[in-house]
Amino acid sequence: MRFSDSFESRFTSMLGHYPTKRSVLVPTLLYMQDELGYLTDEAIRDIAQRLELTELEVRNVISYYSMLTTRPRGKYNVQVCRNISCMLCGADDVIAHLKKRLGIAHKGTTADGMFSFEEVECIGACSWAPAMQVNYDFHEKLTPENAEKVLDEYRRKGSQ
Amino acid sequence: MADLVSHPDEVKVVSRRFGQGAANLDRYLELDGYKAVQKALSIGPDAVINEMKASNLRGRGGAGFPTGMKWSFVPKQAPKPKYVLCNGDESEPGTCKDRLILEHDPHSVIEGVVVAGIAVGSHTGYIYIRGEYRYLSEIMQKALADAYARGFLGKNIFGSGYDFDVYWHGGAGAYEVGEESALMESLEGKRGVPRIRPPFPAVVGLWGGPTVINNVETLASVPHIMLGGGEWYASLGTPKNGGTRLFCLSGHVAKPGVYELPLGYNLKKMIFEVGGGIRDGNKLKAVTPGGSSTPVLKADECDVGMDFDQLMKAGSMLGSGGVVVLDDTTCMVKYLQRIMMFYQHESCGWCIPCREGTDWLKKTLNRFHAGGGVEKDIGNIQYLAENMLGRTFCPLGDAAAMPAISIVKKYRNEFEDHLNGRPCPLEAKALEAVPA
Repeated sequence: MRFSDSFESRFTSMLGHYPTKRSVLVPTLLYMQDELGYLTDEAIRDIAQRLELTELEVRNVISYYSMLTTRPRGKYNVQVCRNISCMLCGADDVIAHLKKRLGIAHKGTTADGMFSFEEVECIGACSWAPAMQVNYDFHEKLTPENAEKVLDEYRRKGSQ
Repeated sequence: MADLVSHPDEVKVVSRRFGQGAANLDRYLELDGYKAVQKALSIGPDAVINEMKASNLRGRGGAGFPTGMKWSFVPKQAPKPKYVLCNGDESEPGTCKDRLILEHDPHSVIEGVVVAGIAVGSHTGYIYIRGEYRYLSEIMQKALADAYARGFLGKNIFGSGYDFDVYWHGGAGAYEVGEESALMESLEGKRGVPRIRPPFPAVVGLWGGPTVINNVETLASVPHIMLGGGEWYASLGTPKNGGTRLFCLSGHVAKPGVYELPLGYNLKKMIFEVGGGIRDGNKLKAVTPGGSSTPVLKADECDVGMDFDQLMKAGSMLGSGGVVVLDDTTCMVKYLQRIMMFYQHESCGWCIPCREGTDWLKKTLNRFHAGGGVEKDIGNIQYLAENMLGRTFCPLGDAAAMPAISIVKKYRNEFEDHLNGRPCPLEAKALEAVPA
């Protein structure tokens, strides 16, 4: 499979960092997913071949890690933290509001493919709660109102 | 990214370079950067370990094991290569300190890894950063490339004849991987399922070689100990609890943030002076003092020094430094339910007491908080949790059990209130946000 040049150069250099090939698997799966949107059957075959693993071994690893997915997701994956510090600071209101505005439930994707929504566990933003990540970007000190504005920005960016 | 805060009581050691652009290598060098590695190379492994032992530095990941002692367990001669592994899989709920270190002072972590390597005779280090912290992974990759370009890493570092390589590694979402043996499995490209111990990682670790595993904050403290001396560092804290630590204040506190305070700092003072007291003029109800896994303290138990030993004596733990403050509007049943939902989600499923225990506890608490509880549930929650304690291969089972036992014991009346149909303070909207 063809991935970006930066993916390939990172992959090649990482192979030199460990005594076993398989060690590059977890971070490489995440970078593959970033380029494809999700881990396709073809991508799983590809990485299995590169690392001399069976597809089953690769799938076994994928199913363990919460960020890895074998199903398509929206362009922007909205991940709102529901854990204790965020909950105490009003995450439930943010979650309920965004679900309503997007019209989707936990792990759902909007019909236009723009957004997916996920409630996630602690993302390390406890002192700036409530917080969410849209793809990899952190958005903190949320209220239902400012969280909605953040998504409006992404929608604008995504439709250009 | 995340805002920095400050308070006059802070003693800035690990956070000394925060907000000063130290992710840039030139700036880091102006701020005493890479002097600790050179000192370690000149004094040699035994002197480094002695300095670490004198510092009374204890692991900042949560367990509080003395760092110098951990390093001294690594055999001098080993048939397989030795490794240093930095644990940056920060994910204990309530904890957000390693994120700041990795953002503001990545070279101090690299330096800590190299010093640890010199101390134990290793030539390779890995810095594992959780997958969600992609921007920090990028900062670290740049910091490593910069250090290599100057010859601070690689062959013959600082002309010493000593070779040392440091590589970054990334996770992909798993709390369990923060446990040291699961971390090694993950780095080897597998599911993060813990290993049976003994043998301990210091003897048989990554790819079978002796491995030192330390938390980001622990390793970031090391260069300061090298330069300031173990005795100086020890003097900042309390007996057997050297130095300072980054406390992450969160929850119902007026000024949440990450504050660096000496070990032994009074918890009440931390909440009411450093943290500005309770939000909205409410009253303090309870505190989780060291991340979600630590037993809760009631408001009248908070007059305690925040070090490993004093908190142990008070029936809790210093853990990862995540201080979660709860005011009197908080429903403790819901709080525990949310904690249990997390541990059930994160249990790897290998040990039955953890896999089944967290699942039954979650189901019972969901039903209980939703109004479907019966009286014997209260005893069952306690019974299930007590029977998980100490019966699993890794501490995740204990981490789920400890808050449950302490909350049922200290707030039994709130469980009874739910049975009597009195409204829960947070009611209604609480449950609709919970996915199945």
